[in-house]
Amino acid sequence: MVARKDFDGTERPTWCRGCGNHAILNGIKMALAEHDIAPHEILIVTGIGCGSKLPHYMKVNGYHTLHGRTLAVATGARLANHGLRVMTVHGDGDGYGEGLSHFLNAVRRNLNITDVVQDNRIYGLTKGQYSPTSERGKHTPTSPEGSIDGPVQPLAMAITAGATFVSRGYSGELRHLAWLIGEALKHPGYALVDVLQPCVTFNRSYAYDFYNERVYRLEDEEGYDPTDRTAAWEKAHEWGERIPIGIFYRGEPIPTYEEQVPALRAGPLVKQPLEPEWIRRMEAIKQKYV
Amino acid sequence: MVQNDLTIRIGGEAGMGLESSGAGFSKALTRGGLYVFGLPDYYSRIRGGHNFFSIRVAREPLYSHTEPVHLLLALDLETIRRHVDTIVKGGAVIYDEQEELPEELRRPGVNFFPVPLTSLAKEKGGREVMRNTLGLGVAAGLIGFDVSYMGSVIRDNFARKGQAVVDANLRVAEAGVEASGPFQADFPFRMAAVPDAPSRMILNGNEAFSLGALAGGCRFVAAYPMTPGSPVLHWFAAHAEEYGAVTKHAEDEIAAINMAIGAAYVGARAMAPTSGGGFSLMVEALGLAGITETPVVVYEAQRPGPATGMPTRTEQSDLLFLIHASQGEFPRFVLTPGTVEESFRAGWQAFNLADRYQTPALVLSDHYLAVAYRTVEADALDFDEVYIDRGTLLTERDLDALEKPYRRYQVTESGISPRAVPGHPNAVWVSTANEHDEYGAVSEDAANRIAQVDKRTRKMEGADRELEGPIWYGPEEAEVTFLCWSSTYGPLRQAVDWLNEKQPGRANVLHFSALHPFPLEAAEATLARAKRMVVVEGNSTGQMEALLRARTGRTVDGAIHRYDGRAFTPEYILAHLPEEPLPTAPDADADCRPSGRQRRPQTVGGRQSARSAFTSDEEV
Repeated sequence: MVARKDFDGTERPTWCRGCGNHAILNGIKMALAEHDIAPHEILIVTGIGCGSKLPHYMKVNGYHTLHGRTLAVATGARLANHGLRVMTVHGDGDGYGEGLSHFLNAVRRNLNITDVVQDNRIYGLTKGQYSPTSERGKHTPTSPEGSIDGPVQPLAMAITAGATFVSRGYSGELRHLAWLIGEALKHPGYALVDVLQPCVTFNRSYAYDFYNERVYRLEDEEGYDPTDRTAAWEKAHEWGERIPIGIFYRGEPIPTYEEQVPALRAGPLVKQPLEPEWIRRMEAIKQKYV
Repeated sequence: MVQNDLTIRIGGEAGMGLESSGAGFSKALTRGGLYVFGLPDYYSRIRGGHNFFSIRVAREPLYSHTEPVHLLLALDLETIRRHVDTIVKGGAVIYDEQEELPEELRRPGVNFFPVPLTSLAKEKGGREVMRNTLGLGVAAGLIGFDVSYMGSVIRDNFARKGQAVVDANLRVAEAGVEASGPFQADFPFRMAAVPDAPSRMILNGNEAFSLGALAGGCRFVAAYPMTPGSPVLHWFAAHAEEYGAVTKHAEDEIAAINMAIGAAYVGARAMAPTSGGGFSLMVEALGLAGITETPVVVYEAQRPGPATGMPTRTEQSDLLFLIHASQGEFPRFVLTPGTVEESFRAGWQAFNLADRYQTPALVLSDHYLAVAYRTVEADALDFDEVYIDRGTLLTERDLDALEKPYRRYQVTESGISPRAVPGHPNAVWVSTANEHDEYGAVSEDAANRIAQVDKRTRKMEGADRELEGPIWYGPEEAEVTFLCWSSTYGPLRQAVDWLNEKQPGRANVLHFSALHPFPLEAAEATLARAKRMVVVEGNSTGQMEALLRARTGRTVDGAIHRYDGRAFTPEYILAHLPEEPLPTAPDADADCRPSGRQRRPQTVGGRQSARSAFTSDEEV
């Protein structure tokens, strides 16, 4: 059995006290232990940002890559070794800004990737500029008069692009978050866990008191049917006095990308041999040029 | 008259199927025991405009195309307009008799053979598009080439379309030969098949590179379409299922290389083929591979830039870009194959270099090499030479025996650290794009930074000795030595052959098929043999010339440039030889390093005055 402490690392996080990343780190450890996934059985690919340092603070295979390219690297890793679980962890700037195109493409490809987005609605590591999920009119160093850009709608975009598992967690509700991440890990295919996460240093207007008063669990909402795609899309736009968290949409799983690649039927690419015997078979290809 | 070297050119609009017809006829000639150099010339458009395909055919091996045309198959009048002045005396134009031939297109000494291309194709084959085959049948008849070789290619190429299509094309080709009858007496050039010749291959640089990469264990290819690199993705996609490879047409080149890096990180041999524009987008990720010491291969087939430049043309202007691309410093390889054979070798060697040195290996081709078809001997691509060396990659058993915590970036004497891939309980670690310590943890410690930079840099000590050194062609001693890299080697071989025919000992060639790390030892030994050095390269600023100066301290005595988007021809090189006899170059001894007094290279080609002014200011 895998235990939560198996994921304990030696390095202390550099995050602020009260940062939502602490809960996300704990939520990931809890979910992995709960689902019996050992540190060597998963690769956590991250981008750049405060939260992308996450794998350094636990014991796990990690690849801390470039800003925005998280899902592209994860796609290659997953295609080359589908025997290895792949999780991506990155911020809203990484996932929905610099990496927006990779996000939509990862969704429509439906690789078996659990995508955790640390959505604090601000840029933290570069000190407080507005992010793709910041509300319109946000005053920040790059928008002193208030931002003009409207926010992206990641959950609605994921549903529209064909995701079959779309969820939102809140770092103030750890057990619920850990459960969500676990459900996402179980889901065969791309699964989004967007996590509302206070940035206590650069985005004080969205601190714990803001969310604590507003969030509610869809699982507790009578009559909410997460298999109803249209209702999920509408629910994804609810934001204000009440903010839903939980599984917005859980559709029937569709075939994953890797299941449909002929070369992967023989097993993970990295397990397939490269020996010289194999090269001899290339005589057949040579004949095409004769 | 039996001709030993002739060029047949087929021209028309984009969309007329010129490339497949040209490639098919080239293959037929190859099967007929002849050597071919086939070059498509096309514009960045799908319909209209003017495209052509030149087939130089000879009884001896060929390394380049040449300019004179012996037989022009004109599918429209525009083809005649553009190419009639390249036709040799006694040469001919085959054109559709339904076209009204304007008098001003006629040239004395050039024969014009009207053939009912369209109507006869329709009559014999049922489809107008078969007039290419008909015209090539006429060409075969005129040069006295046995049409049965065309038949064998038609059978292979059209088999999947059904017997009716095969039969129709065969009928059309035969009809073409018949239609050539009345003109044969007026056409003096013959190139009959050599019936008992050994079987040979015909392929282009993209195909040869792909074959080499696959043989070298490449199993993951991610790319975004861009001329002239896309055919490598097509090639792998076509062979993926049969040979167990995964291809991914990515959303952009940034995704493509990051996917390749992700695949390489977990242990696959992975690459991202592209052209210069795509490579520009890949640059940041190249640094990721550099700092995380992830072996990845990039194939870059150059075209004229900057930006979109001339998409379907050729140039050699990305050399210094590839050597220097990315912020920061990290080791890399840049291979510059010049032939089909070298493209094949670069294909598998790049993966060994990347794995052994845990760093990116870049293969720099160009449009000319990538798309030109060349006949080579059956064993020219040496599959027996291929081996797979994964360097210090730890096996499952190595990892089982690991006792201490795994140090992915262990500082070693060679700079190369034992490499694990994720998946083993004894090697669980995090790699990062940040500077890191031996375990992979982010670190800004000054001493650690020096240790890791030095470790990465140290990997390349002596690495240049692993690369193919420059190769000579031509006489050992010569008045002029032409220096080149990549595809320029082919036209230069032909040019020096012609020079030496007239005057033995006039010229030789020194060709570099790898330029980074610069093969210093090999180069210094060989450069010492050169009396006068003239660099021939397809750019306007002299990139190899600058590199040579930077790495060896040697200046050259002249340079020939071409940057009009067209490949060098032997004729172009001869027409642009430095005219004035130049003083002898200094010896290559170490004490002949550049001093304050530099000889300015004499430069020819392109806009000469502008180029000279530029050179005097910009010398490295």
